Amino acid sequence: MSWIDIGHIDDIPLRGARVVKTPVGCIALFRTGANKVFAASDTCPHKGGPLSEGIVHGQSVTCPLHNWVFDLHSGQAQGADEGQIATYPVQLDGERILLDSTSLGQRSAA
Amino acid sequence: MKQKLVVIGAGMASGRVLEHLTDAAPDAFDITLFNAEPRGNYNRIMLSPVLAGDQTYEDIVTHDDAWYAERGITCRFGEKAVKIDRELKVVEGENGHVPYDKLIFGTGSNPFMIPMPGHDLDGVIAYRDLEDTEQMMGMGAGNKVVVIGGGLLGLEAAAGMAARGADVTVVHIMGHLMERQLDPAAGYLLKKSLEEKGITVLLNAKSTEIAGKDGKARALLLEDGTELPCDLLVMAVGIRPNTALAQETGLAVGRGIHVDDQMITSDADIYAVGECVEHQGEVFGLVAPLYDQAKVLAQTLLGEDAAFKQRSLSTKLKVTGCDLFSAGDFAEGETREDIVFRDPARGVYKRLVLEGDKLVGAVMYGDTGDSNWFFGLIRDGEDVSEMRETLIFGPAYQGGGSADPLSAVAALPPEAEICGCNGVCKSDITTAIEGGATDLGAIRATTKASASCGTCTGLVEQLLQVTLGDDFQMPTAQPVCGCCELTHEDVRRLIKSQELKSQEAVWQELGWKTLNGCHVCRPAVNYYLLADWPVEYQDDPQSRFVNERKHANIQKDGTFSVVPRMWGGITNPAELRAIADAAEKYDVPTVKVTGGQRIDLLGVKGADLPYIWSDLNKAGLVSGHAYSKGLRTVKTCVGTDHCRFGTQDSTGLGVKLEKILWGSWTPHKLKLAVSGCPRNCAEATCKDIGLVCVDSGFQISIGGAAGMDVKETELLVQVPTEDEAIEVVMAVTQAYREGGKYLDRLYKWMAKVGLDWIKETVVDDLENRRALVERFELSQSIYRKDPWAEQAKEAPRFAPMADLTLEAAE
Repeated sequence: MSWIDIGHIDDIPLRGARVVKTPVGCIALFRTGANKVFAASDTCPHKGGPLSEGIVHGQSVTCPLHNWVFDLHSGQAQGADEGQIATYPVQLDGERILLDSTSLGQRSAA
Repeated sequence: MKQKLVVIGAGMASGRVLEHLTDAAPDAFDITLFNAEPRGNYNRIMLSPVLAGDQTYEDIVTHDDAWYAERGITCRFGEKAVKIDRELKVVEGENGHVPYDKLIFGTGSNPFMIPMPGHDLDGVIAYRDLEDTEQMMGMGAGNKVVVIGGGLLGLEAAAGMAARGADVTVVHIMGHLMERQLDPAAGYLLKKSLEEKGITVLLNAKSTEIAGKDGKARALLLEDGTELPCDLLVMAVGIRPNTALAQETGLAVGRGIHVDDQMITSDADIYAVGECVEHQGEVFGLVAPLYDQAKVLAQTLLGEDAAFKQRSLSTKLKVTGCDLFSAGDFAEGETREDIVFRDPARGVYKRLVLEGDKLVGAVMYGDTGDSNWFFGLIRDGEDVSEMRETLIFGPAYQGGGSADPLSAVAALPPEAEICGCNGVCKSDITTAIEGGATDLGAIRATTKASASCGTCTGLVEQLLQVTLGDDFQMPTAQPVCGCCELTHEDVRRLIKSQELKSQEAVWQELGWKTLNGCHVCRPAVNYYLLADWPVEYQDDPQSRFVNERKHANIQKDGTFSVVPRMWGGITNPAELRAIADAAEKYDVPTVKVTGGQRIDLLGVKGADLPYIWSDLNKAGLVSGHAYSKGLRTVKTCVGTDHCRFGTQDSTGLGVKLEKILWGSWTPHKLKLAVSGCPRNCAEATCKDIGLVCVDSGFQISIGGAAGMDVKETELLVQVPTEDEAIEVVMAVTQAYREGGKYLDRLYKWMAKVGLDWIKETVVDDLENRRALVERFELSQSIYRKDPWAEQAKEAPRFAPMADLTLEAAE
């Protein structure tokens, strides 16, 4: 793993999300009500809706286009819908958000 | 030959070491005890009861003079240890040298003082020792006190002084109280209980300066310009290990004095214990681990094998009379699931955090009776899958029990207003039920509750159920969503009558079963709160659907459409030029004329939004709210300005109405039109509110729609003047805002309350009509503004947080 600093936790609104562009596509960083940060694909497998624009509740997000709900840890669609979004390792170092560049298809800085 | 043991600091941890040592081996050491405070060991945790007047200093002394004398301990109280010579093994005190074989640092911690301007003024204190406590005890009625810090210590200080009659304000920088021990929901309950004790609590409040007069603190200034006058300012923002002497002595020091599992510092003959130590990267403030350390250190000194292990910790506290408990890791996340239980009647909140089959964390407020049992489950990592269903009810309920869906209504006080139309409170209804009114019809007949607009019907039925039990068969009503047991109408009614002014308040008082709602209830509750408490409640963008958060309509490819407002459908060459320029500059693929008489720019990239808005703003164009559950457009025909049939200035009235109504939020979208004559070229009779001008005045009709349902409006009233037409439109809009279910168009609300009821209350009752207009104006004083202008200032928020594709290409 090769952790890179993406930004401060306050760059993401509480119960909100922001996008990070990566070589594997757009990834959404979600911040839950309890200040936990998750990283997952920004793209809903249903019709490609931008999940970073959805409502974040508990540790789930609801797609803004057709209300599919995804668990942010497992990436599994909830309820009657079947589908999965990719999730990525993320960690908080104090208030800084770190992503693992190797899992994002990026060469390590070295 | 006795070994010489010198102890620096007579606190709770070093005191416990001395107890263990002198109990186990009374003659092993010749002990000298330094203490900077002019007294021995007392129970610091009990300073709060001393402050509150429940106990005196004498009550909380752990070791008195006799205790030290019996054990032959030489006390050098009020004397600081100023230097240590490790070569000669000598402690240099202010009044002379003491040689040692073994030395213990028990120097404790120092309160952290925020180094803001004025922190060194007189009247600025910490809450740490007896002297601080005595100063606070001097505060009483007529004194103003400000406490910075909403942690345990700050709240204890605040409650103690409030109990003495002082006017106390707590200033806390975070969004909820005691954020390290509690989650936001429990923090809300704690705040509420402090407020009931007369304490003012300011959250998200950043202190910038302490203003002084003649060298004494006079007021605390906050970042937002608030000035809080004070006679005493207590800073209770945290503690730092006191390591100054250890550092000078040349010991290894990080945040605290480094120790190993045996409490030995980097010098084999020097030990440290208590709040001054750092063990495996952690520092300590709670008493339980300090006592563990003390025991290990005593054993080490006696040559026994012992090792200090950090245990998973629980915090069980009584803050100012409120029971609270937290244990384990209660952050959301990983593969975690929450079980939430709220009992509004008793002010109880419990949350369990599960990971797989195990309980990993718990937060409790109000009822901590079962906390030891839960803590045991967490500590032992027990498999709880078998009892998962009833886990939250505690050990007594394993095998039975469930949440009571009626608890929110049962908890209402007798004076709670149930029916707003007729001013009927809970006790009126329960009295009627006891008097023999056992169904809805009888309640309506005897109390008039639910007999007007009918939106409180659900609550009346629940009251029948609570009072009569199984004798009343409750009709099934749809709750808002799976998060609660109440209907939209019930939630609206209770937000008003219980004066619930935050989402946390709604979740707790109305018994929400989830931590912070879901995508169904969050936008609804957010709307109800901002409609009912426009001044007190702050709109929460994160509880809004994307279009209302981004102030643009999301399209199927994730781009947005931008629709600037054209008042009454009127525009001019300058505006059109600005729109054309913007369309070119931002490569807008589609420019379309809408049905609402304005221009839609489709396909704008999310990151460009603030910039295109800023450009349009410069030409005087503002948001058209084409995305909102709120006022959309007021469509007009050209009226008397140009048309040979026009009877009134329909364009002028349309522009006026749009300028009054724009920016307002409504349960669903709200479309208006004004036609200049009954030929109705503006298609006013299929709008939510339509006005048709006639020679003798203005016909106002409501409840039209031309979407999934096509509805013709029904006549509400004809009025003679333009001013009265405007007043009626504002009043009916406000009545819909206050009564409508979220996502019900106006015609659906009308079908529920009845056109006759609207005529009675909005048109005929002039006093009520004016009150509605006033409340609408109050709300508009906050919401009648251009969101684009505000959002354009936040441009970076619209861009990706980082772009790693660029770095990869390098």
